[in-house]
Amino acid sequence: MSNGSTRRFIAAGSGAFALAALAYACAPSAKSNSSAGLLAGDAASRTYVPPGSYDEFYSFMSGGFSGQILVYGLPSGRLIKTIPVFSQFPENGWGYSEESKPMLNTTFGFVPWDDTHHPELSQTDGVPDGRWLFINANNTPRVARIDLKRFETTEILQIPNAAGGHASPFVTPDSKYLVSATRFSVPIPQADVPIESYKQNFKGTLTFIRADQPGKMDIAFQIMMPGFDYDLGHAGKGPSDGWFFFTTYNSEEANTKLEVNASQADKDYIAAVNYRKAEQCIADGKGKKFGGTYVHNYLPGDSYVATTETKNGVTLLDPSACDGVVYYLPTPKSPHGVDIDPSGEYIVVGGKLATVIPVHSFAKMQKAIADKAFEKTIDGIPVLKYDAVVAGEVQKPGLGPLHTEFDGKGNAYTSMFISSEVVKWKLGTWQVLDRIPVYYSVGHVMIPGGDSKKPWGKYLVAMDKITKDRYLPTGPEMSRAAQLIDISGDKMKLLLDFPTMGEPHYAQAIPASLIKGNSIKFDKLTENGNPYVTKAESEGGIARSGKRVDIKMIAVRSHFAPDNFEGVQLGDTVYFHVTNIEQDWNIGHGFAVFGAQTSNLILPPGETRTLKWVPQATGVYPFYCTDFCSALHQEMQGYIRVSAPGSSVALSANTSKRAQTQNATGTTRESEHAEKHDHAREGSR
Amino acid sequence: MTPVWTAGFHGPNMNRLSRLLTAAAALLLGGLFVAPIWSIQLAAPQYPEGLGMKIGISSVRGLTPNDLDNINKLNHYIGMQRITPEAIPELRIMPWIVGALVLTGLLVALLARRRLLYGWVVLFCAVAVAGLVDFWRWEHDYGTKIDFEHAIIKIPGMTYEPPLIGIKQLLNFTAVSWPDVGGWLAFASLGLALVAVAVAARGRRSSSGDDVMDEGVGDSAPVLPPVLRSNSAAA
Repeated sequence: MSNGSTRRFIAAGSGAFALAALAYACAPSAKSNSSAGLLAGDAASRTYVPPGSYDEFYSFMSGGFSGQILVYGLPSGRLIKTIPVFSQFPENGWGYSEESKPMLNTTFGFVPWDDTHHPELSQTDGVPDGRWLFINANNTPRVARIDLKRFETTEILQIPNAAGGHASPFVTPDSKYLVSATRFSVPIPQADVPIESYKQNFKGTLTFIRADQPGKMDIAFQIMMPGFDYDLGHAGKGPSDGWFFFTTYNSEEANTKLEVNASQADKDYIAAVNYRKAEQCIADGKGKKFGGTYVHNYLPGDSYVATTETKNGVTLLDPSACDGVVYYLPTPKSPHGVDIDPSGEYIVVGGKLATVIPVHSFAKMQKAIADKAFEKTIDGIPVLKYDAVVAGEVQKPGLGPLHTEFDGKGNAYTSMFISSEVVKWKLGTWQVLDRIPVYYSVGHVMIPGGDSKKPWGKYLVAMDKITKDRYLPTGPEMSRAAQLIDISGDKMKLLLDFPTMGEPHYAQAIPASLIKGNSIKFDKLTENGNPYVTKAESEGGIARSGKRVDIKMIAVRSHFAPDNFEGVQLGDTVYFHVTNIEQDWNIGHGFAVFGAQTSNLILPPGETRTLKWVPQATGVYPFYCTDFCSALHQEMQGYIRVSAPGSSVALSANTSKRAQTQNATGTTRESEHAEKHDHAREGSR
Repeated sequence: MTPVWTAGFHGPNMNRLSRLLTAAAALLLGGLFVAPIWSIQLAAPQYPEGLGMKIGISSVRGLTPNDLDNINKLNHYIGMQRITPEAIPELRIMPWIVGALVLTGLLVALLARRRLLYGWVVLFCAVAVAGLVDFWRWEHDYGTKIDFEHAIIKIPGMTYEPPLIGIKQLLNFTAVSWPDVGGWLAFASLGLALVAVAVAARGRRSSSGDDVMDEGVGDSAPVLPPVLRSNSAAA
């Protein structure tokens, strides 16, 4: 090849390269613009809560697969507390301490984990009142009550004849009932049957739980339903008070490959339940006694020692035995959320595969029932005609509508999972007013009080299922994202993006003013009813009963008393009952002992908590305070000596001379013993 | 000649105004039985809600039910003695002393003798000074008699004596000692008593007003003050 042709080749080659580079650079990009630029300058000041100031709202987010509840402040998005509910929580010893372990008992034994989905605030006259928070366990169906004076779980009720407590817990406007429905239909009662016999043998249940009496939560009645999947629910209010609405999917009653097989029908159903009618039928003796074993766990306020009570049998109502108790409303398609607007007239459904958002009218439903506008019946349950109940459809809302909340100003906000946006639309005209992208694939949206009669329609929180690039990368496992959106104006404005723990499915929020003043600072030691309480420094001690050794001790700044124990033998089981005798706000202590096959204990002021310890080898083991309590926290420690079985080392607990002088009620036998022990130690030096 | 101990029952009478002032002073002093006399407030960064004591005629109480215990828990670090109200004898004696002052004050108003008034005010002043000195003595005792042998935090030369009145920094705590409602009532009472003295003294210089009673009633039965007279007539 000549030099000239070489040059031509080089020139042509570089020209082609330049052209290609230009084409590459100019290619249309599918990547959406960064949202950062959308943030107006005032967003920062809108979410800024100055140091020492409080957030306007408490938001309670479910922890999803963490099994807990997370308390966030809004609008700052600051995580304030984790409330352990269905999962063991080594951070404070929930589910590890002897006092709290019974809270996680079920008929399947001790279950250390569950999956929380839907926090639900108690209501008075359809408005959140700040007394209690309820939440469901999705895996082993249960509901829990959290006392908002304490931010602690105080009651857990198991739900028999159910599987997958997903449509749970939803409260009636008077908090009389909490309602829970089976996501998974199963043989009821449970039976060893072929899975293929689904259509003959599988059933669903709707459970009404009496919830307005703390400590006495119990199954009021259950309604036996066809074997669909009952997904979510909401109580009626105002004109629809006395009714309950549940979404169903898999009305195809498929038992395998539901992804395809449960997505065949154009419409599934909303189950509308007239629970006052159900109460009436049961009062008329139309319910029947039915089996079902379940437990009720309760942590009473006087002792904070949880108990488990096993219960048998429920009252079951068959819809065919109670005319007019249940109707089905056909609804496109595989519906997920069912949300009742603040007026109680509109029933908004998130048909996750639907191309519209259908809205039913309660008034039309009443008329359709009166006119008997039935399409057919399923297992004795009338199916109303779609056209006879639908009030309207929101056209082209987006893709994958899931959940709707309301602002109390006539607007509804629906999450769009697939198109990853929140859509604002108008009740009555069904017109889309605004839409805003979220990051990414939003599940629930939440407006404080947004499912109640009186929403505080200032903010909306979008809880997302996918995070991707929103925060600094943290490896394959990442936290979830949530966005705070200002909904006070005509256009929605993104204010804040913050990470959430576990998977907050749903959240509820309430103005801080309704809770803040009720929160207690500490428990009174004089009212501590724990059988192993130690109320004064000198009252601690050690006692043996066979192979069981009980140690009673106090924690106070900055020591345990007693703090040295001897006479424990290998093969013993030791229970450390530690009482924090502080009576001051936020003066906590902790307790951990070397080699314990359990967690630490966190001891709030005035409370007694118990750690079980089974020594594995002879020797001397330290224990210490795990909660940095005071300037001399590092000195807050002690020892326990473990001797060989049959050893002649006497059981003893020392108490310092100082502790003995601070005795309110006189010297105990243990401390006399301890004094001798002190002398013996001094003598041996 | 009249014996000294009865001297007060003789001599010039008080005018009506000074008797009313004396009675009012005595009644105000009775407020000590309901209102705390002094308060010591302690402020530190980790006590945003405050911590403190209220000293009453027969009690030392925390601002909240647990404050005293919490102050004692803090004090154990620096070797201070526990504050145990049961171990302070003054708290048992004080109600009797103050009660006696109130009753004698009322009696002075009733008997309406100037000399008795002067005697009562002198006694009142003496009790007030003794009370403050005693309070200072306790504060000094608590603040300086430190158990250095067992104290956890030892700072050479440091004492923890709160001020009698005013503000003082004690390690991380700012101590504010100030009269409480009862203290102000006592000061007001003393002020009224002194005004009563002034009014009575002026009455003597111009002893011709309507309210000035005849001198030399002597040992005869005390004359009811006009206020009580009209009350008993109404009754």
